[in-house]
Amino acid sequence: MIVETLFFLFGAIALGGAINVVVQRQVLYSALSLIVMLASISGLFVLLRAEMLAMVQIIVYTGAIMVLFVFVIMLLNVNDDDDNTDTLRWPKFIGIPGVLFLLAMLSSSMWQVRIDPSLSAVDTGSAEAIGISLFTDYLLPFEATSVLILIAIVGALVLAKRDL
Amino acid sequence: MIEYLTSVTFVVLMAKVAVIFGGLMGSLAYMTLLERKVMAAVQMRPGPNRVGPLGLLQPLADGIKFLFKEDIIPANSSVLLYVLAPVISLIPAFMCFAVIPFGPELQITDLNVGVLFIFAMTSVGVYGIVLGGWASNSKYPLMGGLRASAQMISYELSLTLSVVGVLMITNTLSLQEIVTAQAGTWFGFIPRWNIVLQPLAFIIFFISILAETNRTPFDMAEAEQELVAGWHTEYSSMKFAMFFLAEYANMVTGSAMASILFLGGWNGPMFGPEWLQIWVLPTAWFLAKVFFFMFLFMLIRATLPRIRYDQLMAFGWKVLLPLALANVVITSLVVALT
Repeated sequence: MIVETLFFLFGAIALGGAINVVVQRQVLYSALSLIVMLASISGLFVLLRAEMLAMVQIIVYTGAIMVLFVFVIMLLNVNDDDDNTDTLRWPKFIGIPGVLFLLAMLSSSMWQVRIDPSLSAVDTGSAEAIGISLFTDYLLPFEATSVLILIAIVGALVLAKRDL
Repeated sequence: MIEYLTSVTFVVLMAKVAVIFGGLMGSLAYMTLLERKVMAAVQMRPGPNRVGPLGLLQPLADGIKFLFKEDIIPANSSVLLYVLAPVISLIPAFMCFAVIPFGPELQITDLNVGVLFIFAMTSVGVYGIVLGGWASNSKYPLMGGLRASAQMISYELSLTLSVVGVLMITNTLSLQEIVTAQAGTWFGFIPRWNIVLQPLAFIIFFISILAETNRTPFDMAEAEQELVAGWHTEYSSMKFAMFFLAEYANMVTGSAMASILFLGGWNGPMFGPEWLQIWVLPTAWFLAKVFFFMFLFMLIRATLPRIRYDQLMAFGWKVLLPLALANVVITSLVVALT
């Protein structure tokens, strides 16, 4: 009972936040809505017994990436007077059919999902389980991702400081 | 649901919450007095001594003053964020105390990801400062907020990395288990505290905590000489008090984490009857360790000058971060080989 209530609560907050990211005119408020959305997703992770993932979600997305976003927005001091809606009228014609298509796909796949009640008891969310699967089954993708991030860092450095 | 709400475990839990948060609020108020007294002693002044005997009622007077001062919301500020910012910094600061073990039993909840929970809450607390600076719509607070966000991102890295060594040794993320892993002694007289195995990590951790809590010598976000009062320049009344409380709560969390991770938490000499060993002595040892760190915070504030902003960044990225990384590599090698 409590789990269902919390699920709908966090789900509603996440959805509201996600919609507000797109609807909001001010960039900073969009970023803040994104933070709210990410935080409530971590609440959903807790309900799925994936505490580790929930905490990492908050630390990495809310605590690090979004702080950088907000930092950059504040540093550039993006003016809310700059109304770009006139130049960006065409996304409507691609975006709305796209969203409808996505919704159709999602609902059709949801329709086919049969929930297996025995799955919920499996402990996949603990730090130990995640660590073991990262360093055994998913070792190559894991290492490849880290190299990818390293390349991105080096690339950013080269772009920022050409006379290195 | 109803059975749980009327069960003994629930009542005990509520009692723990009341004791921990009541004690916290009271001690936070007196930390302000202690800080002023320590500063005064270092600078050879008497310090606050007018309100009550030895100035002991000063926190009460300050509290009343905060409550009755006019609450000003600057013109052209974004009101919603301006009001929300102190709350955003206060609530995560208090939530940390839900997982801190004050004793073998005196802990609200023992999360199996306690360490990560503390890091998550401290990283959310940054938004209070950043948004407070932005929402004030004034140039000095904006500078303070910008500095705070840059500084916290930089020092969070070395803070987290310095803890990795401890986690590899104790093999757990639960704060209670980290404490129990440090019980006992080596050769009968050296306590099995992590500081003995991880001295470098302890130093990195402590310096990063100073930076994370915006304390001197890293209080760039509120540098008086340059930024008036930094991000809370425009704040007054209870909103200012909330920022103030959050800062002190963060200091207590930092001290508590330093004690738990490196100084054995509530471990210490145990004697006497069982109730003494479970409820009184561990909490006393733990509070003594926390108090030691708080005192250190205050002494550092009273003695060290503030370092320059570029020095702060260079120190964080070029000294602390490589040292923390080296510590992780060496510790993992030793753990793998033994």
